Amino acid sequence: MNQTGLGAVGNLARRVVPGLTILFLVLLAHLHLPFSFYVEIAPALPLMGIYYWVVFRPDLMPRIMIFAIGLFQDALIGAPFGLSAMVYLLAHGFVLSQRRFLMGKPFWIFWSGFAIIAPVAGALTWVLASAFRGAFLPSDVVLASIVLTVIAFPAIAWLLLHSQRWLVGAAEPA
Amino acid sequence: MAKRNASMSVAGLAVPVRIWAQRFAFLALLALAFALMLLSKAETGALQQARVLIVDGVAPVLSALSRPVEAGQEVSRSVKNFFIVHAENKRLRQENDRLLRWMQTARQLEVENATLRAQLEYVPESAPRAVTARVIADTGGAFYHSLLINAGARHFVQRGQAVVSQAGVVGRVAEVGDRSARVLLLTDLNSRIPAIVESTGDRVIVTGNNTNWPSVAYLASNSPVSVGDRVVTSGHGGVFPPGLPIGVVSEASESRIVLQPTVEIARLSEARILDYGVEGILPPPEQVPAVGAKVSTVGTTQ
Repeated sequence: MNQTGLGAVGNLARRVVPGLTILFLVLLAHLHLPFSFYVEIAPALPLMGIYYWVVFRPDLMPRIMIFAIGLFQDALIGAPFGLSAMVYLLAHGFVLSQRRFLMGKPFWIFWSGFAIIAPVAGALTWVLASAFRGAFLPSDVVLASIVLTVIAFPAIAWLLLHSQRWLVGAAEPA
Repeated sequence: MAKRNASMSVAGLAVPVRIWAQRFAFLALLALAFALMLLSKAETGALQQARVLIVDGVAPVLSALSRPVEAGQEVSRSVKNFFIVHAENKRLRQENDRLLRWMQTARQLEVENATLRAQLEYVPESAPRAVTARVIADTGGAFYHSLLINAGARHFVQRGQAVVSQAGVVGRVAEVGDRSARVLLLTDLNSRIPAIVESTGDRVIVTGNNTNWPSVAYLASNSPVSVGDRVVTSGHGGVFPPGLPIGVVSEASESRIVLQPTVEIARLSEARILDYGVEGILPPPEQVPAVGAKVSTVGTTQ
């Protein structure tokens, strides 16, 4: 294969890394861990991935990909198709609209942005799931999950930052 | 000059058109997500089939990812055992003495049972076929209580079969792929298990409520159920065999009775799927094992 061909393959690989990291986070979030109550209050890892990549590489986060990731998660957890897809699409739209504000700011502002997104996404998921199942589902564990999601965000953001540096690179200026 | 103006006006139009197209795409995807949710409510076969295919496709990845977790658990257990080996040895010796006495009693009862059955010309129930499978994912959470296991139609797992562990009832098979299956836990909102309270003989229904403590429904108001009573499967409904432990009453008040399940789901690494050859309360399985499919390699026992 010539240089141009290799470059094209490398470029394609770089473009799929964000999507793959989010898919990996979806799988990671649902591993069977030997801790009581963990599964109920597990942090929303995929939401962290979506938030991070939409802020730093929105060009690699098309809506259709977000939609597909949401459907994949719904299939995996046995939720109605479209539930996670809808929540992720709305989160994507909101983050995209605030991206210019978040870019280039200190980490605590970036984190604070996520601390706004995570409760809204958690609450929306709770409302949709409760409506779908026809009962008020437990909300205390959802609150615990939201808190854990916000607390765990810096660790996942750090991993994503390094995966971006090594594998993806910065966005080209518009 | 006129040509240049025309190309500029086209370029000027392209940006708003692109913005409108993006907004339309966003709204169209949201509408599609909503429509899919409504279709999921109707439980259409195509969507269920799609879900099963996706889970089946990703099952080997989940299985591989769960290996390091299991290895870590094993290391942790080994380290813990190393420090308690003497105390554990003493406890096991005492337990062995007690079990030997029980074995003696059991043998006497076995002989007595056989004699009585012979006198009554009793037709014994056939032993259930069982498949042992690894738990590869916790697909539940606050909204859905389910597990994925690495056994499916190719291991003769069918929808509706009972899933148990050494400690008692885990749930029942809700979806079956070729090499994976989803287990609806007894704590899920949709779970209903016919049961009896062992001490009183009252028939009840153990109902999941999406918490870790399922409740007991349809219990007579004057029933003397108290904290610590065991609740076991009654065998009604044809899914679970009678006598399997479900839980112990942890709260008993006028308004509600709550169980502490005997199975600790978080510690569950393997589960047994029992096949009693009964259809159960679920509709017939959508997927049946292919003719000539191999016998389970994940650990089929009799």
